[in-house]
Amino acid sequence: MEKKIKILGEKDTRSGFGEGLHELGKSHPNVVALCADLTGSLKMNAFEDDFSDRFFQVGISEANMISMAAGMTIGGKIPFTGTFANFSTGRVYDQIRQSVAYSKKNVKICASHAGLTLGEDGATHQILEDIGMMKMMPNMTVIVPADFNQTKQATKAIADLEGPVYLRFGRPKVPIFVADDAEFVIGKADTIFEGKDVSIIACGHMVYKAIEAAQELAKEGINAEVINMHTIKPLDIKAILATAKKTGCVVTAEEHMINGGLGDSVAQVLSMNNPTPQEYVGVDDTFGESGTPDELMTKYNIDTADVIKAAKKVIARKK
Amino acid sequence: MDIKTMEQYASQTRRDIVRMVAAVNSGHPGGSLGCADFFTVMYHKILKQDPKNFTMDGEGEDLFFLSNGHISPVWYSTLARANYFPVPELATFRKLNSRLQGHPSIDHNLPGIRIASGSLGQGLSNGIGAAEAKKLNKDDRFVYVLMGDGELQEGQIWEAALYAAAKKVDNLIATVDYNGRQIDGDVEDVLSLGNLKQKWQAFGWETLEVDGHNMEEIIATYEKAQSLCGKGKPVMVLLKTEMGQGVDYMTGTHKWHGAAPNAEQLESALNQLEETLGDY
Repeated sequence: MEKKIKILGEKDTRSGFGEGLHELGKSHPNVVALCADLTGSLKMNAFEDDFSDRFFQVGISEANMISMAAGMTIGGKIPFTGTFANFSTGRVYDQIRQSVAYSKKNVKICASHAGLTLGEDGATHQILEDIGMMKMMPNMTVIVPADFNQTKQATKAIADLEGPVYLRFGRPKVPIFVADDAEFVIGKADTIFEGKDVSIIACGHMVYKAIEAAQELAKEGINAEVINMHTIKPLDIKAILATAKKTGCVVTAEEHMINGGLGDSVAQVLSMNNPTPQEYVGVDDTFGESGTPDELMTKYNIDTADVIKAAKKVIARKK
Repeated sequence: MDIKTMEQYASQTRRDIVRMVAAVNSGHPGGSLGCADFFTVMYHKILKQDPKNFTMDGEGEDLFFLSNGHISPVWYSTLARANYFPVPELATFRKLNSRLQGHPSIDHNLPGIRIASGSLGQGLSNGIGAAEAKKLNKDDRFVYVLMGDGELQEGQIWEAALYAAAKKVDNLIATVDYNGRQIDGDVEDVLSLGNLKQKWQAFGWETLEVDGHNMEEIIATYEKAQSLCGKGKPVMVLLKTEMGQGVDYMTGTHKWHGAAPNAEQLESALNQLEETLGDY
């Protein structure tokens, strides 16, 4: 039951996006990038420097940016828009809905500083509803990669997927555990640890918390399976049903509202196919506040300890 | 196409509009009728296009975006009469399983339409994006966008206005249907646009004005607009129209913005509009 993982370093996921985008600049001449005055925060500088004719600084005009990106697909461009997750979704929901999703435009909405780990800027900027909003949108693919390497791989992968994509990543430096040569398959979950007692299904920054939780649980003789559900939509239903059947109970973990997030999607699959006890680790119907990412994860009950607690609770429920 | 023939097309399109709207007792006849002359001139005289071989990318062609999607009847009629799709299909407008959705949609691949519109304020940005793509593709054709005047109350329009001027999107010719009316009343009363010409000029746009019911002037104005392209500025045309033009009781009021005529009213309207190309 050894739960070992190789840590390859520590970097922010947004830098993975920046590197991936820069590589796309070389490999995909039709990739263009649009940014609403957050080039540095989104790590889009390298693309801007080397592909200036394909970089569009739109200023603080997110609605114009999204609708413009939709227009640029007419003519064969593959636009990647970059701003904070809050301004990538809530602020421009209607633009995404009409110009991008309903119109089936090949726009990649790339969103940084998602969730509580944005930290000190506080609740105005800490969007915790974006996964829900985006997964409800027909035609939209929703991806929440777990670390630097995976964000880079996902950024490159979505360029070759025809259709609208929401790619969510974040601000803080987090451990890197996905191999730098791993293949990113949209819609196919990664099993990080095999286990038999409980399934922990996580996305984004919570994948590493799930890894830590599984390591702690192992010390107590609890063998947890950890699944990196990086694609929220289309959901890997097969992987969910297989792990639920194997362990008989599920914990979902996400840096997002419990309402409308990954956990809800997993619960829907389970309730329709194989009702299974499930516990949710997520933010419970509240806004965040200013603080360090670590302080906020603890205060809002989405830390390693909360995953451990949920795992023990759900194991008890299956007996 | 000569003016006389285009006038026949416009008359038929006005008949199509009132018949389509009356048939489903819903839709927006006022602005549609007001823009019938403009649409006819655009699709038969101004736009470089290939209706029989419609492609999404429109490479080497002019692109047209309708931002105020509620005037879909005039667009659908014009497209059908310009051979984008069969004229009889106009009878499906707003009905179940139709390609002619209440507001324009690409969901069922209706030729001539490249993006959905209806929720206002987005079309100018869509057009700017398409214009930027044309520049990257070294495609020297133009992008046209039509907006409503009431629509200019949407903030996104002014984001786009700033962008197009600041970034020298000079292959873009936008038009405002300047009829002065919106659902709740006169634009002046609902939320005044102030001096609209000066606003666009102050935003850095070449700004032209034209009588939207004089086809010769419309042609001359858009030819001038084309000649102003490629000089570092986007071009705006304020198209002065009368909402409901062609049907006497629909003019001089905002009441026919989004209301359908009843059977008696339809008959009265059709009596005022010559059937020139055959009803669908």
